[in-house]
Amino acid sequence: MSNEATLHSQQEVMHGAHDHHDHEHHHEDSFISKYVFSMDHKMIAKQFLITGIVWAIIGAFFSVLFRLQLGFPDATFPWLESILGHWAKGGRITAEAYYALVTMHGTILVFFVLTAGLSGTFSNLLIPLQVGARDMASPFMNCLSYWFFFLASLVMMASLFVQTGPASGGWTMYPPLSALGDASIGSKIGVDLWLTSMALFVVSQLLGGLNYISTILNMRTKGMAMTKMPLTIWSFFFTAILGVLSFPVLLSGFILLLMDRHAGTSFYLSDIFIAGKALANEGGSAILYQHLFWFLGHPEVYIIILPAMGMVSEVLAVSSRKPIFGYLAMIGSLFAICILAFLVWAHHMFVTGLNPFLGAFFVLLTLLIAVPSAIKVFNWITTIWKGNINFTPASLFSIGFVSTFISGGLTGIWLGNSSIDIHLHDTMFVIAHFHIVMGVSAFFGMFAGIYHWFPKLYGRFMNSTIGYIHFWVTMVGAYLIFWPMHYEGMAGMPRRYYDVSNWASFKQFGGLNEFITIVVILVFAVQLLFVFNFFYSIFKGRKMTTLNPWNATSLEWTTPIHAGHGNWPGEIPEVYRWAYDYSKDGRDFIPQTEPIGPNEEVH
Amino acid sequence: MDTMTLEQRKKIHPHKYSLWIAMGSITMMFIGFTSAYIVKRSQANWLAFELPHIFWISTAVILTSSLTIHLALKQFKERNMQRYKQLITLTAILGVVFAVCQWIGFSQLKAMGLPLNGPVSASFIYVIVGVHMLHVLGGVVALLVMFGRAYRTRIRTYSAVPIEVAATYWHFVDVLWIYLLIFLSIAR
Repeated sequence: MSNEATLHSQQEVMHGAHDHHDHEHHHEDSFISKYVFSMDHKMIAKQFLITGIVWAIIGAFFSVLFRLQLGFPDATFPWLESILGHWAKGGRITAEAYYALVTMHGTILVFFVLTAGLSGTFSNLLIPLQVGARDMASPFMNCLSYWFFFLASLVMMASLFVQTGPASGGWTMYPPLSALGDASIGSKIGVDLWLTSMALFVVSQLLGGLNYISTILNMRTKGMAMTKMPLTIWSFFFTAILGVLSFPVLLSGFILLLMDRHAGTSFYLSDIFIAGKALANEGGSAILYQHLFWFLGHPEVYIIILPAMGMVSEVLAVSSRKPIFGYLAMIGSLFAICILAFLVWAHHMFVTGLNPFLGAFFVLLTLLIAVPSAIKVFNWITTIWKGNINFTPASLFSIGFVSTFISGGLTGIWLGNSSIDIHLHDTMFVIAHFHIVMGVSAFFGMFAGIYHWFPKLYGRFMNSTIGYIHFWVTMVGAYLIFWPMHYEGMAGMPRRYYDVSNWASFKQFGGLNEFITIVVILVFAVQLLFVFNFFYSIFKGRKMTTLNPWNATSLEWTTPIHAGHGNWPGEIPEVYRWAYDYSKDGRDFIPQTEPIGPNEEVH
Repeated sequence: MDTMTLEQRKKIHPHKYSLWIAMGSITMMFIGFTSAYIVKRSQANWLAFELPHIFWISTAVILTSSLTIHLALKQFKERNMQRYKQLITLTAILGVVFAVCQWIGFSQLKAMGLPLNGPVSASFIYVIVGVHMLHVLGGVVALLVMFGRAYRTRIRTYSAVPIEVAATYWHFVDVLWIYLLIFLSIAR
């Protein structure tokens, strides 16, 4: 088998692959090599997932804290002072702390949870298992990828504890605020640590992305043509391409920002007065940073949402016992989104003085994204249409994903119009839009993935009852939190403001803001319930007794319940058909490993 | 087994594949820099100046090193290990000489009254050339590893893949430098 031969040229995988049958030659892996510096993609996936969960709790907790300020601007909470110290003097979060919390919430959720935690986990877990490979193209680089992420996490975590606080200029880190240490307390060492951490993060993403792409293109098992791959793999593939091409540009932007901070250059700085004193910097352009940032920043939102789309496609097909509708259209729309992702970055900059003529092109390209998105939504709905749906927590979250993706996506059409954006930019409307379409949807995809593949990860099931509670409270709560924000935004209530109760026109939202905050606390509590369910089920969950609990066709369910490094004890199975032969020829499902029958129609 | 090896030959080695994607990624980084340069150049207060002449010498150095690593690969495949070791050492030395030349170029720029914190057009040269230099030095580190492997007596490697990967990378930073030099000379 060609795949096997490829692997055997690599020492590191060979060692792992032989582990099962050569026990007399290889001693058992030590604790360090099995759980810490593991090169097994399944263990690395777990490392990404658990690190992501830790970050998600921190990031979500930050949002609870700043929602307390937004919902109850006049109240004091003495317990806050015992957690945050002088950042919450007298039990009220200070303005500096508020900005730091908002910035860190964005950074943590966008990068550490929904990029590393989501695609890091599932690309690692599913790519080798679903394409039929022993491990990644380079397990060593894969291991490095996690540890760079871990280092990035440590640096970011450290920045929370420095005296002047973490970076607080918004997750986009726009200069000149972020470039000048004197500009605000949150622009001091916090920004340096932020930039260091993000540079390490970019390295981690690149190492991971290289591996995902070369594994998918090179290490597929015999018979696994590209068009026989599950849609999960296609989505991870496009995600990795987006990351590999856009993260380096972000790094360029960060290097220039670091130079501006420490080497006295003026890439982004010009004609600035701080505290009545003129700075020497001349000739820089702050908008330049925005171009570099959003050239990554826009693909980044697809890096977040594409893996969720892929997993939702898979889960919906499996749980409705129907082939995915429009498989090739699904791939084509992923491809179209991938291309368009690079051509729309300036829609984040409509009000920066961008040439309106140029803006018109970006409006057109932005609205074009609605086409592949609508194709995908149509296909998901037609996939479950008249299906025999098993309402597992995973399938509920997938259906929830489709719902939030529609309602969040529609408001994207509003914001994509440069003229409407003049009114709506930097208001709560934007917050509502991207939280629903990117935040909630991506989380729903991630939850669907976790519930669905938990048996593959740990050989046990998560508790479904807690899963249902988790789903319904999160689903209803997400809409209760973000729906009202549309009204606030249309009325002009700005985002990022510390206290809007001073404005007569926004005072009317006082009660609404209180309501949102209360729902946020409830939803946060339910997420903690999910975390409890997750860790409890690792040790005490119902044990998996069959190899293929969901009766799925794809390859990952042909491996042993506790697969060793190398995944399959014997030969890697050969693949004869696509991954979506459900309810075909009177059979519930036909695994990919079953040869095509003599009278059978090939998909 | 024979058919397996044959089939294997047709397929590109995953490490080489990863290298090609990595090169695409590095290219994107420099596209980021150079497009920032173009955007900045079209704005007011852009100061044009001649590049330091030593950059042409460094170009000659890196071109020569591309030739030496190509020969090294050839010698490795013919198992002339002595010549191979000499050639990769020479390549690594040329890589360091290249970095030194670039460094001298920086001091020449400074002498011309264009320090790092001077006009933006000069700052760009420092950053772009500096980041490229780091990539060349990364290649030197890879060659040192290769050198260490060649001197191992207990384990011998017959696979040409690592040296092929290193050589491809080396040619890549070479071509990248030529692109940057042409870009920086034309778009002044």
